Amino acid sequence: MSDLLDDPIPGSNTPEFTVAEIAGKVKRLIEAELGWVRVRGEVGRVTLARSGHLYFDLKDDRNVLSCMTWKGQVPGIGVMPEEGMEIVAEGRMTASGFQSRFALNVQHVAVAGEGALMALLEKRKKMLAAEGLFAPERKKPLPYLPGIIGVVTSLQGAVIRDILHRLRDRFPRKVLIWPVAVQGAACAPEVARAIAGFNALTPGGALPRPDLLIVARGGGSIEDLWGFNEEAVARAVAASDIPVISAVGHETDTTLVDFVSDQRAPTPTAAAEMAVPVRAELMAWVKDQDARLTRGMAQALDQRGQRLRDLSRGLNRPETVLEGPRQKLDLMSDRLSNALMRGVQRRRVGFSETAGRLRPHLLRSVASARQVRLDALSARLAPGLGLAVRSKREQLLRTSPRITAQLVEQKRERAEERLNDLSRRFADSASHQVASWADRLAALERLRLSLGYVATLERGFTVVRSGTEVVTSRTQAEQAGALEIEFKDGRHKIGGAPKRKSTAVDKPAQGSLF
Amino acid sequence: MSDTPVSEMSFEAAMAELEQVVAKLERGDVPLDASIALYERGAELKARCEAKLKEAEEKVAAITLDGNGHPVGTTPVEGL
Repeated sequence: MSDLLDDPIPGSNTPEFTVAEIAGKVKRLIEAELGWVRVRGEVGRVTLARSGHLYFDLKDDRNVLSCMTWKGQVPGIGVMPEEGMEIVAEGRMTASGFQSRFALNVQHVAVAGEGALMALLEKRKKMLAAEGLFAPERKKPLPYLPGIIGVVTSLQGAVIRDILHRLRDRFPRKVLIWPVAVQGAACAPEVARAIAGFNALTPGGALPRPDLLIVARGGGSIEDLWGFNEEAVARAVAASDIPVISAVGHETDTTLVDFVSDQRAPTPTAAAEMAVPVRAELMAWVKDQDARLTRGMAQALDQRGQRLRDLSRGLNRPETVLEGPRQKLDLMSDRLSNALMRGVQRRRVGFSETAGRLRPHLLRSVASARQVRLDALSARLAPGLGLAVRSKREQLLRTSPRITAQLVEQKRERAEERLNDLSRRFADSASHQVASWADRLAALERLRLSLGYVATLERGFTVVRSGTEVVTSRTQAEQAGALEIEFKDGRHKIGGAPKRKSTAVDKPAQGSLF
Repeated sequence: MSDTPVSEMSFEAAMAELEQVVAKLERGDVPLDASIALYERGAELKARCEAKLKEAEEKVAAITLDGNGHPVGTTPVEGL
């Protein structure tokens, strides 16, 4: 029973503590004895609590040290610990009686040596490259002439000054600066927020959204530039819709941002050069284009003018086109009157020839031939009729024994009627024929008389004859011994005396008319 | 030719088209009517380029942030 109760052995001086006493003692011991320490180790599990406090482990191959950084201390921590990172953590050792635990309150973290830092950077690069964030096809083209340029950098220092100077030299633009810390723990979150913040602005708003971003920082140690190696910054640049030029550190420094940005500039000044073209050069270019435009137009007009002149030279003058036809017209007009005269003459000769052949005796012979034929036919008419009667009578006599008196009588009557009819028609047509012949004869006679010279005698003309010859010229008249003049009412003989040349000259051929 | 009115074209677009117009006109194989149209278009584009080049105003401002890092306005930056 006694074993069950605490019964301090007399003479034992083992002190007795309450839990609170021993916890307090341990706490005091650790914190007083160790106090501020630097611990080197590999970062294990890292937890950023909802409350904002940061918890992580530092470990080696056998031991684990719990570390924590309170929310208010996080911004000044320097490097955010990441799993696998070899760091040197600096802080105060604490112990907590609540769970019988001790821990390191880390207030500053530094990467354990440059090699470790570079190893970390390589690891991040590999990860982001595997995600495709560095792919060339992700790179956006820079605008040729951005209206507004957003610059993410510190307002202090030479960087912003260099950028503004170079912009001013090349092409003055509107510049919006988003001030950020460019080193220390605040750097990465501020830069990431600035890039996202610029993208969140509305184009043309009160705070206008830039057309181009420049993320810049001057040269420094790898630790100084470390903020631009943070994943958050790289992801913000990758997510930016606005094209980004990165210009971090010197030409030899390459940060993670440079791999993700759309264009990497070796220096801030170079970034300004990439951002805008040289205005003066563009002015000269526009002037040159203008001159070429005008020259091109002038040439176009010139060429056409020249071609027009060439073509018009090849074109005949209107006069030459008309020359040939005009000459032909003249020629034809000349020949027209001549041809007309000749045509009339030719017809006149033809007429004379035909008229000459037309003689009264020609008509007369035609008329008399017709008369002879008429007489002959008339002479054959009566005997022919008798002959026909005779033959019919003989036929009658031959057939009479075969016919009755009545039949004969009937036939006879019919025949008589027919005979009478035929006789009548014959007489009619004969007399008609004779009358028409007589008419034609009379007409021909009238024609003959009018065409003959006798009719002209009625109109006062005379016919001069010498013997039986008709005298038609003065020469004939002068040679004739005697002349006989036929008037309308008879002939009259004159002369008989030998011809007298002297008077014949004075006298016209038809002087006998007087 | 693009459908964007010349007065709304960016400097870059106007520049690219002006270059094309000049090249076409210089080739000299365009009919006269088209040449005149090209020339007029070119003159318009040139005016647009010049206008854009005249807009060369420097204005530098820094964004002011509230306690949470949100932008609230700008302050002019001078002397840089």
